[in-house]
Amino acid sequence: MAVLVVAAHDGKTVRANVANAVAAAAQMGPEVHVLVAGSNAGEAAKSASEIQGVAKVLQAEDAAYANWLAEDIAPLIVKLAPGYSHVVMAADSVGKNVAPRVAALLDVAQVSEAIQVVSPDTFVRPIYAGNAMATVQTADQIKIVTVRPTNFKAAAGGGSAAIEQIAGTGAAGLSSFVGAELSKSERPELTSAKIVVSGGRGLQSGDNFKMLETLADKLGAGLGASRAAVDAGYVPNDYQVGQTGKVVAPDLYIAIGISGAIQHLAGMKDSKTIVAINKDEEAPIFQVADYGIVGDLFQIVPELTAAVEKK
Amino acid sequence: MKVLVAVKRVIDYNVKIRVKADNTGVETANVKMSMNPFDEIAVEEAIRMKEKGAATEVIAFSAGPAQCQETIRTALAMGADRGVLVQTDAELQPLAVAKLLKAVVDKEQPGLVIVGKQAIDDDSNQTGQMLAALLGWSVGTFANKLNVADGSVEVKREVDGGLENIKIKMPAVITTDLRLNEPRYASLPNIMKAKKKPIETLAPDALGVDVAPRLKTLKVEEPPKRKAGIKVKTVAELVEKLRNEAGVI
Repeated sequence: MAVLVVAAHDGKTVRANVANAVAAAAQMGPEVHVLVAGSNAGEAAKSASEIQGVAKVLQAEDAAYANWLAEDIAPLIVKLAPGYSHVVMAADSVGKNVAPRVAALLDVAQVSEAIQVVSPDTFVRPIYAGNAMATVQTADQIKIVTVRPTNFKAAAGGGSAAIEQIAGTGAAGLSSFVGAELSKSERPELTSAKIVVSGGRGLQSGDNFKMLETLADKLGAGLGASRAAVDAGYVPNDYQVGQTGKVVAPDLYIAIGISGAIQHLAGMKDSKTIVAINKDEEAPIFQVADYGIVGDLFQIVPELTAAVEKK
Repeated sequence: MKVLVAVKRVIDYNVKIRVKADNTGVETANVKMSMNPFDEIAVEEAIRMKEKGAATEVIAFSAGPAQCQETIRTALAMGADRGVLVQTDAELQPLAVAKLLKAVVDKEQPGLVIVGKQAIDDDSNQTGQMLAALLGWSVGTFANKLNVADGSVEVKREVDGGLENIKIKMPAVITTDLRLNEPRYASLPNIMKAKKKPIETLAPDALGVDVAPRLKTLKVEEPPKRKAGIKVKTVAELVEKLRNEAGVI
């Protein structure tokens, strides 16, 4: 039986993490289909059809799917699910919202945030903020799995799957979309950036984050933050890296003024190279950092910005 | 309107957990247990609704062993009115908890159920969404701000790109995110008062719910350890290492 990947998208392209979800799904079954539901989702469906390893794209057009309300989208997935062995979503804010609703409607368990596919019914997932790894096996007929995108290498492009139109299921009439306040940024998206510059409470104010923006722009990096910096109002919530925020695994993660609580480490410790800049030499962040500098970040960051400029 | 909040007893967020030597799970004996932090936010939100006159009664629900009474008492000390404990020593997974919650919701008929978005032990992030599905209700996940008005709730949600506003019909399920509020500490007089508040104890069987786990945990292991690296003295040395040793810039 085939595996169904449910793709979130912005109307033009599916999210970058769909290619990671497809790669994970390919380890669960012999054939991968992708569901692209939306209102005017033609372009997004086409982008899904170009992911290598996708055998078929199902495009469901319905005005009700325009804003991805769980109440409206879940019935469509539930209708399709019996034709599949697995339903897979990336563990982002869409997958986390929708997948459990689908699982409960099907009366099956969900495997949350799988980081490894051991076999089609067995998965490894982090628990306790990644301080333990659980191997879990599901006996359910239909397996609902969310996958952590950073743990699966994205499937390449260049494919050309067929796109099949399917009927929508209409609106449930329980919820409506009012609007969004999305952070505008020209910088690379945090979860897929090659380099991430991240700031913590040590920055002392939102204004001081501008210093990190300059460094990030020099490096072509995404910008992140610890929970403390978000709670203090220095930066918006979507910057948060950690157990309950975003999980990142870039080639280079630069933690600036971040002490390194286990909840923060949970979101970044799979980064290839970690740099820590902190004035407290006992800060736990140094225990995971490849390179650390103990000192005043207000002096070090401008110096670093100048140094990376001189190539 | 009644508001039901669910509170889970978990290993305190400050405790560094240890994986059991036989790889069957995580050591919980003689470890400090507390209310799941996201559930504290749920309790706080419900109490604020009562203080504003939007809610008439706040009921704290928990499921698990007898010690979950303590977790419910914490909610009562914060200001919840009474508790319901579904007592069982069985392993409870999110779908089972959602079914237990549904059975209690059917009985209590709350206008809102508020739960934490995820428990910091199993990190599942499922129960609220599953409960809403089982009830056929709407759900506002990852709530950053709530506004209850005219039979619906406006929910500001924390999403990948920032914030999103939705309007959902009541009754509804809400799952809390970190910025929804800052939970209060219970005062000593309120801790004393909480001891007199009633807690009803139920059994899963009496609610007609099969709580048998659907996921079998084959093993629990330590994650690969990351080795601490080196400290460098100067920015120039750092940049040199990043360019030539790590090759990442």
